Formats: sequence, structure tokens, C-alpha cells
Amino acid sequence: MRQFLLFISVILVGIIFTVRLFYLQVYNSDADSILNDNAIRKVYDYPKRGFVYDRNGKLLVANQPSYDVMVIPREVEPLDTLEFCRLLKIDKERFDKQLKKAKHYSWRLPSPFVSHLSKEDYAVLQEKMRKFTGFHIQKRSLRQYETTIGANVLGDIGEVNNRDIANDPYYKMGDLMGKQGVEKSYDTILRGRKGIKFIQKDRFNRNIGPYKEGTLDTVPEQGKDIKITIDSELQAYGEWLMQNKRGGIIAIEPGTGEILAMIAAPTYNPNDLVGRKRSKNYTKLYNDSIAKPLFNRSLQGVYSPGSPFKLMNALIALQEGVVTTNEKIACKNGYNYGNRHMGCHCGSGLRDMSLGIQKSCNAYFATVYRRILEKADNSREGIEVWSNHAKSFGLGNFLNNDLAVGQKGRIPDKAYYQRAYPERFYSTYTISNAIGQGEVLTTPIQLANMIAAIANRGFYYTPHIVKAIEGETLPENFTKPKYTTIDKEHFEPVIEGMLEVYKKGTASSLQVEGIDICGKTGTVENFMKIDSVKTQLTDHSIFVAFAPKDNPKIALAVFVENGYFGSRFAGKIASLMIEKYVNKTITRKDLEKWLLTHSLENEYAKPYSGEPFQINRGSQYQVIPMEDVIDLPEEAKTKLQR
Amino acid sequence: MRQTDRHFKFDWITIVLFFMLAGFGWLNILSASHTGEIIDYLSFTEFYGKQLIFIILSVVLIILMLSIDAKFYERFSSVIYFASLLSLVGLFIFGKSINGATSWYDLGGMTLQPSEFAKAATALAVAKYVSDLQTDIRQFKHQIRIFIIIVIPAFLILLQKDAGSTLVYGAFFFVLYREGLPKIYLIIGSLLIGLAICALKFGVVITMFISAIIVFGYYFSKKKKPSFIQPIITLTIALLISFLVRFTYDTLLPFHQKDRITIWLSLEKDAAKLEQMKKKAAYNLLESEKAISAGGWKGKGFMEGTRTTGKFVPEQHTDYIFTTVGEEWGFIGSFAVVLVFVLLILRILHLAELQKSQFSRVYGYSVGAILFIHFLINIGMVMGLIPTIGIPLPLFSYGGSGLWGFTILVFIFVKLDSNRINEW
Repeated sequence: MRQFLLFISVILVGIIFTVRLFYLQVYNSDADSILNDNAIRKVYDYPKRGFVYDRNGKLLVANQPSYDVMVIPREVEPLDTLEFCRLLKIDKERFDKQLKKAKHYSWRLPSPFVSHLSKEDYAVLQEKMRKFTGFHIQKRSLRQYETTIGANVLGDIGEVNNRDIANDPYYKMGDLMGKQGVEKSYDTILRGRKGIKFIQKDRFNRNIGPYKEGTLDTVPEQGKDIKITIDSELQAYGEWLMQNKRGGIIAIEPGTGEILAMIAAPTYNPNDLVGRKRSKNYTKLYNDSIAKPLFNRSLQGVYSPGSPFKLMNALIALQEGVVTTNEKIACKNGYNYGNRHMGCHCGSGLRDMSLGIQKSCNAYFATVYRRILEKADNSREGIEVWSNHAKSFGLGNFLNNDLAVGQKGRIPDKAYYQRAYPERFYSTYTISNAIGQGEVLTTPIQLANMIAAIANRGFYYTPHIVKAIEGETLPENFTKPKYTTIDKEHFEPVIEGMLEVYKKGTASSLQVEGIDICGKTGTVENFMKIDSVKTQLTDHSIFVAFAPKDNPKIALAVFVENGYFGSRFAGKIASLMIEKYVNKTITRKDLEKWLLTHSLENEYAKPYSGEPFQINRGSQYQVIPMEDVIDLPEEAKTKLQR
Repeated sequence: MRQTDRHFKFDWITIVLFFMLAGFGWLNILSASHTGEIIDYLSFTEFYGKQLIFIILSVVLIILMLSIDAKFYERFSSVIYFASLLSLVGLFIFGKSINGATSWYDLGGMTLQPSEFAKAATALAVAKYVSDLQTDIRQFKHQIRIFIIIVIPAFLILLQKDAGSTLVYGAFFFVLYREGLPKIYLIIGSLLIGLAICALKFGVVITMFISAIIVFGYYFSKKKKPSFIQPIITLTIALLISFLVRFTYDTLLPFHQKDRITIWLSLEKDAAKLEQMKKKAAYNLLESEKAISAGGWKGKGFMEGTRTTGKFVPEQHTDYIFTTVGEEWGFIGSFAVVLVFVLLILRILHLAELQKSQFSRVYGYSVGAILFIHFLINIGMVMGLIPTIGIPLPLFSYGGSGLWGFTILVFIFVKLDSNRINEW
């Protein structure tokens, strides 16, 4: 027996060691992969983010360097917190909070501790960084806006959040990604691909050399520059005209579908959302739930289209053959159906199509609309036909473009009314659709696109914001025309009517010498719930137009909230925008001055005043002295002087 | 039986296993100690270079030792033993301190650690004394003499503050037990270790409570009851020992050793404090466990261990060399090393049992036991099973003295074994 004691001990120890090895290396293994190995420092090499140019090659967005202090919680060693906080210009509370946040994200991956140090702070800190084990400085590049305009177009970049990281593992805590506008929709093109350097560390956290001679390192792929379709001069001019107003303007080049201007008012300076001040300013903009500066009214604003939609009904009626251009329809100060009456401001009389459009006659379009619906056996089929024609203009659905946000709007169809009126359905139920008020809802960009399709006499290109990407061709979606269901010959009479709008009709005061502008005014009733009482507010002012009549260069939709008549605010703006784009000079200085000195801020304040107020005709305009008008942005100035 | 050709009388299994360990050990030293490009494998300024030279020289040593007549070792064992003691005593005058231990002679450019050779010398002396015809290990008188033979070098080494090497002399307990040391030593030894651990872990009161149950349980289970005074005395001794252990732990032990025990037995109740303690006092252990753990199944590959390259584990080329195996060769490689060690020790023990001469058997058994203690303490320590004790892993850890010490230890036995056929 005695000789077995050692034998057994040796075998037993061998087994215990094997079990322990198995426990350490297999069962409870903390096996390093290159990305979580704490002996390997991962240094990210961020590529240059692509620049953004306007359609004329003017640089809009560039980069500036920024320095972030990053922390890897599990490598943090006790430090002189007081000194560290002083260097970073933060307090102890913030220090604890940031460290806790970083630990919550990951113990072994770097998290941003303090973002966007100034160059001066960086210079001081860099010297002392050695003392703070677990912290390091990450150089990044921030956006540098070379302009003060186009915040809603250009968007901004911000730090990724946990959801972004979950969606795309490319992103690591502290990375920047596009949050709005072009930065968002073209994020992957603009950002490029970051490179990683693997560096072997020693136990004192010092770098001792590249890991595996750098064979696993990746080189950053530079972000690509993009050229957007925006004409910064026109954009700046539009933003300038929209001061003290709320609404949106979309201008499209009908021949290409390129968006020349996309204005959402009120707006802000894109530089406010750069770097350390971003979160403060963003919160301020975000919390403004009344003016909603982050709400892109030209893309997200869903409104009743109003009278411009009469153009659509005219086209459908011609296509369906329910009216000829010469047929005269009587307006008896409105339209009577059953025992009801729809009013009209056109002044009664016999209207053919041209006159109907020119005078925006409600009775004419109500008649025509009913004929469209009643052409089929029943109105349910009729509404489906009508709906399909309207949808072929890109209404009632997302445009499938390259903009970060959008809204569907609504073109009601058979199914929609089936739900609303399951029992019986007559054309008169939806008579408001005839004048663009009822269930029809559009966004300014949809309306602009509709006008572009009219300007093209029957087709449109999906409106888009990108003009060129470095080394890439644009997707076919943006270069292939989309045909409407209306035949080409039916457009001419409608366009003639739109020309008359300018010559003799509702926009006759807005003519611009030398340009044949085709337009249509719109005045849209709108309501708001104040203390749960449905209250009518001053009408929205809408204007759609394209010019010149032949070979159109610009089609646009202007929407001014609570601006009353279409010609009052929206029409003036449209005329000036067209003159600016087509002629590059402004002769209608009178319109310009009127717009700049008239504010709608008092109108917007009414519902929140808590006092009774008058609308439409009862409104008093707020006139502001010319001295208080904000200067024309630099972008627009340069070319005007030339 | 054996072939008559002299060259094949040596036990080639032992020799192959020995060189497998030394060779693989060197690869790991290379990985753990190289910085940048390796230009010269025999560079005398790099650990791996020196170790390769040591290995080559150890081959010369082996040839030398195998050519000496087997009888020489038995005949000159006393001389060798006393010479070894002299070399240990000499350290007090000429010794050089490294890491707090005065265990080295500085020979100008290289150092020599006599304690590494003292193991083989003591094994020879023990074998000689035990195999003496007049020695009866069951007699207390002889037990004391053997004890003195073992304790003198152990004590000298302890005085030089090399506690790890002192512990190795515990290996002789296995040898003596094999040769007939009464069982009572084994029982008392085990009880003492159990008592000490219990006293540290659960405190004196609980320890005494448990002891009382065991002692009286044993007492009442006996049919023929001895005097009642016996269990009382036993318990009193146990109480004294418990207090002594606590006292030693609380006041006598240096801080670093106390911390090691605290961590090993998780004596600190506050988990956060223990964690903090681990980070500070047991930095080596923490890093060594992490490095081993980082290896996973297959390891990161030779020279690919990032923690090894980054020198995260201090003393990695010496006492912590096994962490390199763990990180770079993974479970498979580490298991292989454990397996080869076990096989080598078992092979030596098996050969020892085959010996006809008692001298050869006792010596062989000593070799196996010494290797076993090194293996147990070193690998147990780096994996956190045993409190941190500085002791090299045979044939793996860097160091010329250590390598030659083990070479001499093992190859004296290989020579003795080869001579088995000539014994009667």
C-alpha cells in the first residue's frame, strides 16, 4: 500500500490540474478576440467625412478637427480627480455620471467621456494624459458649415446612441453619424469606412508596437464628396423671404426632378448643431413644440392642397372625357347639390376650363368632379378611377426619394370610402375633394412634384436631393421618367388656364416682366383644437407655379401657414423665387419689401394668447420696420450684385 | 531483459520526456522573453539565448554524468552532501541578493544558485542513510537523524529567505513514508494541515467545536475506552495549535504572505475589498489567471500571445512560465504539459520501484517526489489553487542553476537505473 500514496497523489494532482485548466480555459474562458483583448489597443482612424457641395459647386459642408476624451472603465486606475476635472472643465458630479454611463455601456470598450474639446484644452490635456490611465484622446472630425442656410437640407451629425449601435455594429460608442437631412440619407457614403490600427500594449498601458506588424490593420476609406441639387443662392433667398413666417417651399427642376430649393421655416443656423453646443441647442430646438424648427414643413407638413388641386381635377376630367375645354358651366355664386350649397368667390357667370382655373371657380370644379365619379356605374368605381389618376402624379404615397423624412399624404380611394361610408356612397359626399379641401391631403413636395409633372406635360422624375456622388452613378429611380395616366394633349388647356391666372386671374398682381409664369393660388381653411374646441384659424396661403411656360426651368409649391389668400404671401414668394432663379435679378422689389416687412408672428401667437381673436379678413398684419429685417444671407448676395 | 548494448540500458522514455519538457519550455521562454526581432538564438544578452546555451551545456553535463560509474554516487554521497551544505553556508558570506533572497553566487556575468543542487545532494544523503543496513526507519532515533539530514539544508535555505525552495524538502516525507515511516506521521500531518486551514477559515471556536466532535466521536466509538484524559489532552493541543496558527497569521506573518493566504482562502468577507486586494497584492495571480484563461481551447498560437508579448504577467519567463503555455497553446497545450509531467514523474516512480538496490530506489523515489512538489506548487500557484509561493517549474522556468539542478537530479537516477542489472 505504501508505494501507492505518491502514485495516487501524482495522478490526483494531474486530474485536479486538468479540471482547473478546463474550468479556466474552456468552461469559464475569457478567450480574447482581437477586438476585446485588453493587451491590444484599438486605435480607430477616422476618415475624412465627405464634403457637400451645392449644384453650382459651392462648398457647403466641410470638416474641422475635434478631440474627444475616451475612457475604458476597466483600465481606469485611481487618479487625481480634481485635477482631471479641472483640465476637462467639468465638475465631480459630471465625472461620476460619465464614468457610470461608460461602465453601463461596456467595461472594456472605449466610451466618450468628454466630447469635442477645444484645441486649447486639448493642447494642455495632451501633456498630462499619461497620468490618467484608462483615458485617452480620440481625434475626430466635426462638420464645418461654410454657410448659415439649409439646416433642414444639410442636416447634422451627432453621436450614435445604443439603438444605432445595435442596428449597425459598424458604429462604436462615440462615433458620429448623420442624424438629419443629407447627412442622414447619405451617411454611409459621406462617412467612408474607418480604419483600425491594432497596437500591442504592455502592462503599463504603453504602446510597444504594432500588433502582428500591422498586418491586420485596415486603412480608412475616405468618405465620398457629394454634390446636392440645391441652388444655395435660391435656397438662401427663399429662407430670407420666409423670415417671420412658417411654412415650406419646394422648388424642382422639372426636366430632372432635382430639388433646387427646400425651405422649411422657421429654420436655424446649421452651425448651432456642431460640437459641444449641439446637445444644448438641439434640445432647445426640439422642445420648441409650437414653431417646431426641426419639423421640415416642406417634406413633413401635411396640408389640404386647396385650389391647386383643381388642376388635377381638370386633368382627370379631360382624360376621362367628361368635359371639353370649351364647355361652359354656370356658376351661381356657388354650387348647389341636393339641398346644400358650396360657396364661390369667382363672381358668378359662365366658365369654360380656362376661366374656371383662372378664377378658381368652385362651381366649375364641383360639376366636373361629380361627372368624373358618376361616369362609371357607381361612384365607388368612379372614385377609384379618379384616385388612380391622382396617384400617378406621386400623390398619396411616399415619393421614394433620398430625403431623410417624408409623409404619405392622402388620396382617398374606393377602399377608403368603403370604410367611411359602408352603406351608401354618392359623389356629393366627397364634393370637397373637387376643390382640394375634403379628404385630400398633400405635402408641399408632392404638390411641387405635381406641378413639375404638369410642366413636363405628363411625366415627372422622382424629386431628389443628390446631384452627383464622387465616383458613382445615380440610381435609375432618379433618372427614369415616371409617366402619369393623363395624355399629353390634355395638359395644354390646363397650362393655358394657369398662364391666365397670372395674366388676368388671382395672381395678376404678381406678374414678372419677361417670364411666362403659370401658377395657381390656393387658400386653405384650417382648424385647430383650442381647449378642445375646434376653432378655425386664418387660412393657409398656397401657391404653385412653374416657369417659363415653354421649356420650364422651375416648378414650385409655396406654403405659408395662416397667410390667408394664396396671392398674398405664397404667390409673392413664388414670383420672386421664379424671377430670382430664371432671371437672376429681382425687378419686383416692391413684392420683396412687402414680404420682408410683413410678419405673421402675431397670427401664430393668436391661438396661444388665451383671448378671442379674429381671422382672415379680421386679421391685422404685423408690419416690421425695414431696419429689423434680417440681412440677405451672403450666399444670395454675391450673385445679386454681379 | 535489457539488451547488452550499453547505450540502450538507459531508460529512453525518461530521457525523451525530459527533453520534451526542456525543449517545449525553451520555446515558451523564447516567446515570453523576446522583444522585437530575434537575431541570435544564442544571444548571451537575452533570456532565451542564455537558456539555449544552458540546455546545450546540460547535454554535456548529462554525458559526463552518465559516463561516471554508478557506484560513485553512492560512495561519495556524503561528500557531495557536505560539499553542498558548505556551498549553502558560503552564501552567508559571498552570496548575492536577488529579489530579497540571498541565494546566488555571482560568478562574474553569471550566477549560480546552490540550493538547486542541494536537492540532489540531500536526496543522495537520504538514500545513503536509509539504505544503510543498520538503519531502521521505524526507530525514532533514526527518524531524528534523517530529519536532521533533511532539515539542515532546508533551514539554511529558509534563512536565505527562499521559502519556496524550503518547501521542496517536504517531498522527502513521501520517500520516508514509502520506506516505512509509521502511519501516525501521515495522520498527524494531515490533521495538522486540516486544523490549520480550518482555524484560518472558520476561526478558533468553530475549529474547536469540530475537533471536539471528531475526537469524542472517535473516543466513544472505541469499545475499549482508554483514559478519559486522552481526548482532553488532544483537544488542548488542538486548541493551542489553532491559536498559534491564528497568531502567526494575524501578527507574525509578513504582509505579502498574509495577503496571499487571505486571497487563497477568501478570508476577506467583503467581496469588493477582496477584489481590490486581488488587484493589488495578487496582481501576478490575477494576470496569470487571465492569461491562461485568454488561451481558450487552442490558444493564440506560438509567439502570438498578446499578454505574453505585452509582458502583462511579471516574471513570466521564470515562475510564471506556465501562463505562456496557457495563453499561446490553450487547453490542449497546457493539458499536454500537465500530462507529460505526470508521465515523467510516474515513470521515475515506476523505475524506482523496480530497483533492486534500496539506495537506487530511495534516490529514485526522492527524484519523483521532488519533481512532484515543484509541479504541484508551481502550476497550482499560477492557476490560483495554492497560495503564491515562488518556486520554478522544472525544466520550463528560465535559469541555468535550476535546469542543471534538475538535470543532475534526474540523470543520476538514469545512471543508477542503467546499472540495475549489475546489482544483486
